[in-house]
Amino acid sequence: MPEILKAPLVVEFPFTRSLGPVQSAFLTGLRERVVLGVTTTDGRTLVPPVEYDPVTADDLRDLVEVAPTGTVTTWAWNHAPRRGQPLTTPFAWVLVRLDGADTALLHALDAPGPDAVHTGLRVRIRWAEERTGAITDIACFEPYDGGPARLTGSTDEFADPVGGIVATARLDYTYSPGRAQTAYINSLADRRTVGERCPSCRKVYVPPRGACPTCGVPTAEQVEVGPRGTVTTFCIVNIKARNLDIEVPYVYAHIALDGADLALHARIGGIPYDQVRMGLRVEPVWTDGARYPDHYRPTGEPDADYDAYKELL
Amino acid sequence: MTRDIAVVAFAQTDVLRTTDELSEVEMLMPVLHSVLDRTGLKTADIGFTCSGSSDYLAGRAFSFTLALDGVGAWPPIAESHVEMDGAWALYEAWTKLLTGDADTALVYSYGKSSGGSLRDVLTRQLDPYYVAPLWPDSVALAALQAQALIDAGDTDESALAAIGARSRRVATLNSHAQLRGSVPQGDYVVRPLRTGDCPPVGDGAAAVILAAGERARELCSRPAWIRGIDHRIEAHTLGVRDLTDSPSTRLAAERAGAFERPVDTAELHAPFSAQEVVLRKALRLDDSVRVNLSGGALAANPMMAAGLVRVGEAAARIHRGESDRALAHATSGPCLQQNLVAVLEGEPR
Repeated sequence: MPEILKAPLVVEFPFTRSLGPVQSAFLTGLRERVVLGVTTTDGRTLVPPVEYDPVTADDLRDLVEVAPTGTVTTWAWNHAPRRGQPLTTPFAWVLVRLDGADTALLHALDAPGPDAVHTGLRVRIRWAEERTGAITDIACFEPYDGGPARLTGSTDEFADPVGGIVATARLDYTYSPGRAQTAYINSLADRRTVGERCPSCRKVYVPPRGACPTCGVPTAEQVEVGPRGTVTTFCIVNIKARNLDIEVPYVYAHIALDGADLALHARIGGIPYDQVRMGLRVEPVWTDGARYPDHYRPTGEPDADYDAYKELL
Repeated sequence: MTRDIAVVAFAQTDVLRTTDELSEVEMLMPVLHSVLDRTGLKTADIGFTCSGSSDYLAGRAFSFTLALDGVGAWPPIAESHVEMDGAWALYEAWTKLLTGDADTALVYSYGKSSGGSLRDVLTRQLDPYYVAPLWPDSVALAALQAQALIDAGDTDESALAAIGARSRRVATLNSHAQLRGSVPQGDYVVRPLRTGDCPPVGDGAAAVILAAGERARELCSRPAWIRGIDHRIEAHTLGVRDLTDSPSTRLAAERAGAFERPVDTAELHAPFSAQEVVLRKALRLDDSVRVNLSGGALAANPMMAAGLVRVGEAAARIHRGESDRALAHATSGPCLQQNLVAVLEGEPR
């Protein structure tokens, strides 16, 4: 079996998230070096604050300041920090119950080693130098030998409250398309289009995915299809995609390659956009070094009869 | 209306560290055929199909739609999907069969964790405002729970090591397991958890068939009747919870009827050794109960399938006459955040 293809795949997104009144007050408070909790109807103080009581589901809106000092309720020593974590040197993950709070906040503790950490350890917040209204405004916690720090007396009223956060995330994958699609992609490099025939219904699928979606059985028999085909349906694209160097309007079409029982999709070129039609006969146009056809253009043959492709719409 | 519903067939793949040579549907299809073969059913005979998987493992949106090619989704079938472990897909299918809209259901789930870095990927299920920006990985959160248990005097590091060792020892009898036999306890991954306390990262798939009433008796000589099934969740804020306990598991078990009579077998989804301690306590399992004879998640933990495997393993023991009343548990999320409990019974022999 030829070697299975692999390629790096990076998924990256800067989610913009809006904040409710409680989260906004809490994160704005962090920007101002003030820690706010929320009080429940039965008198507990939740830090970090939430908008609904996890026990009673009551609306929670009454914010109250708690101290930037507290006590470790549990911890775990992280000797090999990973990308994105609060510290780049070994640190402890900690749940900290801040003085004045009844629940614990997850964050990092900067400590020289695991022997310096224990449940019950007194700690205090180390603020980030630049604060924007995010949980990372707490750079980390650090050991602290003392009682509850004095409160600032701040209320939950701040000038210029933050209304949202940008939650950036990046995940790195190694994508492998599997056996069937590897064979398809490799054949495209030789400018051939290869599908797979279902052993049960005999239909030829292109691109092949290793299974017949009608019969639910594996496909394996490779069948070369095309290169010519028939436009079965199309649309006219009027909006330019970012980073795509194609003049609008252009036509994107479903194309039933000769010998295939499933239409694939591609751009149509070499003909004015308003002259593309169902039944148009087309062929692929390859550019040097490309691993797939750049677009399809008319062959000049007469249009295909509707009955020849109606099952492939 | 009340109907009796049973698990009548179960199949699973070998769980492997990587399956590069296979796409998801290519990995899944042998399992689908295997579970259908056990009942003689064809895909066209199935009344309802429900699957579980996660786009974050694949790194692609709507990745589950491609897997549908493996079940023969044309002409159109009655189908649903949960972005969760397949145990929750099984819950949905059970509900569907209860309504009487279908008599049989195919439930499957799969995950290829090998495509990405699982510890990082799982951070994306956390609260996006207060927690996810800190990127606390899955082992770190489990380690916080383990330390809380150690501080509470519920366990210690050597007891945790023994849980991992026992899991891998019994897994020598499970040809599908990823880690079998003696495995070094290893260094700390995140202290107090060592390599041996953590589940292997692997790719795999599982499938079961459910059937109602007489249909179940036609398809299986000893159906595993689902006597009760329930799932509950904890507050998502970790610092609100008592990490040494699992009240959601206890409540789900109570609602599923687990405490009405003793079970002889339990399949617990405890990806980390310390979580078995929590679950045994919540489920009141004593030494008379055979726990995780499959090796459990410490021997093989295919994301999105490991919970369904627990239900399948429990049912298969009933099918084979090795159990009369079994408990199956599935979990999802950090530190046992979400928990499902099913109670399965075979008829008297």
